[in-house]
Amino acid sequence: MSTNAPGLSDQALERLRDAAELPEPDPARYAVRERIGRGGMGTVYRARDLRLQRDVALKVLHVGEDSGELAARLTREAGILAHLEHPGIVPVHDVGILADGRPYYTMKLVQGQPLADLAPGRSRADLLRLFARICEPVAFAHSRGVVHRDLKPHNVMLGEFGEVLVLDWGVSKRAGQNDSPAASNAVATPDTGAGRVLGTQGYMAPEQARGESAYVDARADVYSLGKLLAHLVSVSDAPRMPRALAAIVRKATAPQPEGRYMDASHLARDVQRFLAADPVEAHRENAWEQTLRLYRRHRPLVLLIAAYLVMRLVLILWRARTE
Amino acid sequence: MEALKAEDTAERDRAFNALVEAYWRPVYKYLRMRWRLLPHDAEDATQGFFSRAFEREYFAKFDARRARFRTFLRTCVDAFAANERQAAHRLKRGGGAEHISLDYAAAEAELAGAPPPDDFEKFFAREWVRAIFTDAVAALRERYSGAGQEVRFTIFSRYDLAEGDAARHVSYAALATELGLTTSQVTNYLAAARRDFRALLLDRVRALTATDAEFREEVRDLFGFDA
Repeated sequence: MSTNAPGLSDQALERLRDAAELPEPDPARYAVRERIGRGGMGTVYRARDLRLQRDVALKVLHVGEDSGELAARLTREAGILAHLEHPGIVPVHDVGILADGRPYYTMKLVQGQPLADLAPGRSRADLLRLFARICEPVAFAHSRGVVHRDLKPHNVMLGEFGEVLVLDWGVSKRAGQNDSPAASNAVATPDTGAGRVLGTQGYMAPEQARGESAYVDARADVYSLGKLLAHLVSVSDAPRMPRALAAIVRKATAPQPEGRYMDASHLARDVQRFLAADPVEAHRENAWEQTLRLYRRHRPLVLLIAAYLVMRLVLILWRARTE
Repeated sequence: MEALKAEDTAERDRAFNALVEAYWRPVYKYLRMRWRLLPHDAEDATQGFFSRAFEREYFAKFDARRARFRTFLRTCVDAFAANERQAAHRLKRGGGAEHISLDYAAAEAELAGAPPPDDFEKFFAREWVRAIFTDAVAALRERYSGAGQEVRFTIFSRYDLAEGDAARHVSYAALATELGLTTSQVTNYLAAARRDFRALLLDRVRALTATDAEFREEVRDLFGFDA
């Protein structure tokens, strides 16, 4: 050992950390360019796919293991995702294990703005419509028996041309399918290990946070979507939730899966009912709420009738005075 | 770490010296910052701490189920410094361990102008990381120099050690011309040097951790995942 070598500067230390972390996938296939993001689950790099001559996003998970179980599971999942074709789903191209044991996958490199960076103050109705669109690809996946398991604002991208894309399907799984211990570790450990409560955890269903992967199904995604819905309303121009909307969020984020919507399509439908001022499944309204809702729903007609009645009244009063 | 409990004295001494080499800088700087010792007293305390640890086999008491080794070591330093202060003893140089010449002046220069840290635990961890990385860089240089492959270290240092952004943004082609290599040689050498560096780093962490779980935790911190 070189006991007395001069200590590295802070800048050199950071640079070396990046260099040591830099993934080295098959050099004949990928050239890693730069780091473009880092989260609780992994680090994302821009890379060049040399075989197909296109830029891709390469995500390296923080967990490594030697048994090969994770490699097998990732390969299996890549197979599942290859069949998950939807305009709102960013496809995973490739999956593998680096020489140092860290798993990685590549996906389409998406240009746009993450939902997490959305400027506050947009109208609540707009954001609810946006939310319904986020639910679409998730509902499609649920209809194919696939659960995303890591839905959060950072994993939703708003494209330059109005597209709504759900990213990071690399840790998804088929509902009802058990993970191997190593594989479930890939999902649970980085976010639930002692002292490692990162951004994702606020969006993770309780059963998933406890590592009960056998119980994780579409309702875990419903929980995350419920949290996402609450987030969107909180940054809208009307952050205070009406009772019906609050009930939707409450139902979506119920602590027990049995209390939640069965999948994303049911949640989306209830949000659409709220937008259309129809009664929602999550909330039984009283007579006053029903009146208010009907007023909101038929506002132009109600206002027209009211204007007509006022005019009639004015006319009657005017006639009474002149006679 | 297991070697610290070895029956063979020579093996135990080697393990202990390796540990001193990895930890003396963080300990010295920690004593300077946390215990506000003057440079000369901190030198004595550093030497005294490791000597006492050797004599009384502090580190053999480490239980990996309770804490990481570096947390345990920092706790030992705190206990040592507190005892010495309480007993109003001058922190003396101990005698049992093989004396290792340590470059305190260099460590002191690294501290020059640094503000006192807010969190001493993080400070100690950061200095530990600095010591490990510094050692791995020196080992990489030594390895390439021994194999007549200095150019690999030159490329590595230009990309990953150079100060300032301008130095980092030198193109592969420009560096290839400067060193009389092809561009692909530059990229290959750089990739190989990073791979070797990572392996040296991981070797050091493995040697300084007691269990696989502790090793994984330290690697996570070392690579900055939670930064």
